[in-house]
Amino acid sequence: MSWESWIVSTLSRTLAYGTPLLLATLGEIYAERSGVLNLGVEGMMIVGALTGFAVTSGTGNPWLGILLAAAVAGAFSLVHAFASITLRANQVVSGLALTMLGLGLSGVVGRAYEGRPLLHALDEISIPWLEKIPVLGPGIFQDQSPLVYIAIALAVLLWVILFKTRIGISIRAVGEDPATADSMGINVARVRYLCVMVGGMLAGVAGAYLSVAYRPSWTDGMTAGMGWIVIALTIFAFWNPLLGLFGAYFFAALFHLSYRLQAWLPPELLKAMPYILAIVVLIVVSRGTLQKRMGAPSALTLPYTREEG
Amino acid sequence: MRFPSWLHVERRPAPPSWMVFAVSLGAIVFALIVAGLFFQAYGVSAFRAYGDILRGALGSQLGLTETVRRMIPLLLIGVGLTVAFRALFWNIGAEGQLLVGAVAGAGIALFSGLPDALLIPAMFLGGFCAGAAWGMVPAYLKAKLGINDVITTLMLNYVAIYIVEWLIHGPWKGPTMRGFAYTDRLPAAAILPAIAGTRIHWPTLAIGLAAAAILFFIVRRTRVGFEIRVVGENPDAARYSGISQVKITMLAMMISGGLAGIAGVGEVAGIHYMLLSPTHISFGYGYTAIIVAWLARRNPLAVILTSFFFGVLMRGGDVIKVSLGLPFQLVNVFNGLILFFLIGSEILIRYRIRIGTAKEAA
Repeated sequence: MSWESWIVSTLSRTLAYGTPLLLATLGEIYAERSGVLNLGVEGMMIVGALTGFAVTSGTGNPWLGILLAAAVAGAFSLVHAFASITLRANQVVSGLALTMLGLGLSGVVGRAYEGRPLLHALDEISIPWLEKIPVLGPGIFQDQSPLVYIAIALAVLLWVILFKTRIGISIRAVGEDPATADSMGINVARVRYLCVMVGGMLAGVAGAYLSVAYRPSWTDGMTAGMGWIVIALTIFAFWNPLLGLFGAYFFAALFHLSYRLQAWLPPELLKAMPYILAIVVLIVVSRGTLQKRMGAPSALTLPYTREEG
Repeated sequence: MRFPSWLHVERRPAPPSWMVFAVSLGAIVFALIVAGLFFQAYGVSAFRAYGDILRGALGSQLGLTETVRRMIPLLLIGVGLTVAFRALFWNIGAEGQLLVGAVAGAGIALFSGLPDALLIPAMFLGGFCAGAAWGMVPAYLKAKLGINDVITTLMLNYVAIYIVEWLIHGPWKGPTMRGFAYTDRLPAAAILPAIAGTRIHWPTLAIGLAAAAILFFIVRRTRVGFEIRVVGENPDAARYSGISQVKITMLAMMISGGLAGIAGVGEVAGIHYMLLSPTHISFGYGYTAIIVAWLARRNPLAVILTSFFFGVLMRGGDVIKVSLGLPFQLVNVFNGLILFFLIGSEILIRYRIRIGTAKEAA
């Protein structure tokens, strides 16, 4: 294989595999920025994947499948929101419960869809003009799912909202210091509910991308631990959507290269890298002030109540 | 959250234990009812499903022994988790600690060349040390550097998974296994004795039961147990009274990780007789045990009861897989629902509601 086609396929596969990571990470960044850790990503993704597949194969419309995947996974995430925000239950446990429930429900309900081909998968597109650029064209702008570009646009949009608008200030205030945010007239519970739901919807789209675009099919447990990579990525990205963009592609490249470099390196080593790197990042930024500057929300995992301040 | 003026929600100082028990039981019942509705919606009679589960898990000798077989790793891990949770250490990494324990056990069995009589004790010891080490890394990181324990323990699960994958596909792949990703079968001297005609590898069960009793005693009656509780409940008080947070956190995680490691040895040497793919070594025991410990309210002795209950559910998953054609994933529906109802009901324990316009609370 020539080096040129090697680069092309690496670029192209990295974008394809990085997209669900990016989508779900953007959602988790919003949830965590508002102060709610959601360990239910894996569960929300798998629910989205099943919904996307079921709706698409029922209606023949993949876009409807993706839309409903967002809606259903968004609604599903509200279970975590209700438990952790309204009932002030432990966020770690509640998130784990959401993942268990999502894996369980999708495994049982999805039984009927197992092994069925998807006749109306989401078509791939090429960007006219840009696809003609040597190497970069076929690598980035040819035969990709439209969701790849939508995800990139979303990363930019969500970065702008988070850091350049009043809404973003509210979200970050609620995640940093809910009591002060409350006294400034921000409805802490509402902001947190919305952020968790955004997280759920994006995880749902990420899941649907897997089942209607990336590998049009349904298999039990098809998210295969991606949701946990997302938890790692959120830290790796310092809770910043634009860094999430780079992080998602970096991890996706590692994943892709774990197959390509099999002859030289055990693939398991590269596959374990995201998890190891997340720990390394945490160690590096563990000096208190640095961590603050890097964006870790201070009130992450802390429920807020007015009475107890 | 805002409440109407006639409704008062206040913190309950010390919930009586009958109430904790009743609320927990209520949570389980509600979870099972919701799961039953799910069965019905899916077109399966809930009565039939629960009937099958109960009969299959408790109604025959085979069923009962298989329930206990499922209970063993849950017991070991659950008991350890009560200690970690008491020290307020969020060990979500028991799955990984179990796996590295399994690796150590299998490695010693296959490659150590120890005399037969020493093999099994060495495997248990090795499994304990491996699991303990895997657990003490995040403990050190949290106690020394303040690094989030949930994330590190969770991440290390996946590192452990890939270590096992690497070993069974690479250096430890068994030459006699005709290309399958297993190690060779463990030598006969490394295989744990089982109660005749069952898969109950009793040495592991005995360690679990003993650990429950010993840790119950340690937590309630000894200075170390007291220090673990102080570190968990009031870190500031611990600091002022000269209790080393680093030492106590590491100790709690040595126990928790070590017991999970022993559970891994049990699965490898008592059930599978080889190291194989991580999903087959552990059916999510490390995660399910979190519910086991939570439901036991961090009481090591109560874990005997709660791990048995989840053993019933897991065995139930095996049973209705065959009788109703439902996937084993169903167990996760139970797990998720029970966990949600448990944490949701906690507000009933922690707070009480008074109705009426009674005196203003200050």
